Amino acid sequence: MADFFENLKNKIVETQVWKSIFRHGYPDTDTNRALVMFTNVLLHLHPVKVRKSALRIRYTWCLGGLTFFMFILLTITGVFLMFYYVPDTRSAYQNIKDLQYAIYFGNLMRNLHRWGAHAMVFLVWLHMTRVFLTGAYKPPREFNWVVGVLLLVLTLLLSWTGYLLPWDQLALWAVTVGSKMAEASPVIGYSGPFGKEMGMRVDNDIRFMLLGGTVVGQSTLLRFYVLHCVGLPLLATLFLVVHFWRIRKDGFSGPL
Amino acid sequence: MAIETKHEIFPKNPKKSYGLVELVRGTSPITDKEPETTVFTWPNLLFIELIAILLSSVILIGLSMYSGAPLEEMASPDTTPNPMKAPWYFLGLQELLVFFDPWLAGVVLPTFIIVGLILVPYIDINPKGVGEYNYTNRKFAVWNFAFGLGLWYIMIIVGVYMRGLDWQWYWPWDDWEAHKPPSGVSLIDYSVILTQWGLSKAAAQGIAYGTLIGYFVIGMTIPFIFFRKFYNALGFVRYNLTMFLFLTQMGVPIKIVLRLVFNIKYLLVTPFFKI
Repeated sequence: MADFFENLKNKIVETQVWKSIFRHGYPDTDTNRALVMFTNVLLHLHPVKVRKSALRIRYTWCLGGLTFFMFILLTITGVFLMFYYVPDTRSAYQNIKDLQYAIYFGNLMRNLHRWGAHAMVFLVWLHMTRVFLTGAYKPPREFNWVVGVLLLVLTLLLSWTGYLLPWDQLALWAVTVGSKMAEASPVIGYSGPFGKEMGMRVDNDIRFMLLGGTVVGQSTLLRFYVLHCVGLPLLATLFLVVHFWRIRKDGFSGPL
Repeated sequence: MAIETKHEIFPKNPKKSYGLVELVRGTSPITDKEPETTVFTWPNLLFIELIAILLSSVILIGLSMYSGAPLEEMASPDTTPNPMKAPWYFLGLQELLVFFDPWLAGVVLPTFIIVGLILVPYIDINPKGVGEYNYTNRKFAVWNFAFGLGLWYIMIIVGVYMRGLDWQWYWPWDDWEAHKPPSGVSLIDYSVILTQWGLSKAAAQGIAYGTLIGYFVIGMTIPFIFFRKFYNALGFVRYNLTMFLFLTQMGVPIKIVLRLVFNIKYLLVTPFFKI
């Protein structure tokens, strides 16, 4: 019986199709362990070998990796939510209610999306704190810290734009408060210092651009939806790629 | 007709390594360190990542089963919830709104935080403490970071647990359903307090300007005079950036204390903005 499976496995593994997809055997030899990192597009951001010190949990606490995992999880659950959600002020709230009560696993997806978002914000902060405390931003990694700060800002913006989408009271008023703050921006806001002097009116300042109008309404919902689901994730992906590429090129910061 | 050049190919000797050899700068070979301190990424790192992903997934799914995302009444511009709280990670900013104008609390201070964080690797030129938790060699950096972070977290905790109706202070044992009587304290501008002491309006305004400018000037000068090593190490540009960000950071709790203890509303009032 064991022979049968052994033969079957060999037959499959030696086909042209299999060989075209997998360029190495199961990674139980050093060669294959190296090859799996070289030839797999998802794994090749890792080096073939890592320093033992980089594996210490008490150095990294896995925080950066977990943050990235939250980003993946949010993308996946977010796509599920997009199947049911329409960014229309007349239906958005009912879509969320449907997700909560009528759609199989809809509530689980929504809750996972919510908790994942909270976890991501928290993990980004913890990761930043860890990097600061271990001096991992010092040369040659200065610019990667800058990219990291931009990713922190993007994470917060993603949270804020996602906040409006359920179109409930919390959403409306949180965004109203936020846009009021934007209106008070110096120079580019209507009611901020030097705003009026710069020719800012209620219908041409930064708040108007953000909301697509003077109140939080349909155009605001559409703007935030597009930013939340397309614009900001694309930008975040771009910076994530740079972030990871730099880690790979600069090496891990742990002690030798 | 192309002429083929023949290269002589030596047979590969299995006893030789054929590795690349390079000359590097350094005082000693690092044979003890590389590659013996490295291990294969598969399985050593990948399995740690897998376990971390599985554990965090279990925790998240558990949380999602146990407690769901809130959904309030449908959005309505006619009814304003009281209190209106932002998500917890923005409550630090919302708490700042109590003490500062919206342009300061919502725009300028967050911008300073972000710009300040971006500048960290460029103004911290202390080469020590890379790749290790090191407090002894970078006390100022660690304390400064901890102070900012602590302030941020305290504001969030206050915003989440201590703010109730009308954004008044509510202790956990207070009745959170009942409105609190508005506090009998009235906030006064710093220059108005000065005129009450008998100063002329112009003099009071001058002192208000002087206090704020003096805070930064004296703050910038003290380390320059007494900690010249600090100044010399950083250089002119880095020193000024560091001290400006440091003094602004310290200014936030100072203004909060001034308002809470002395009921000062604004330190400086100009036709364009108030601080």
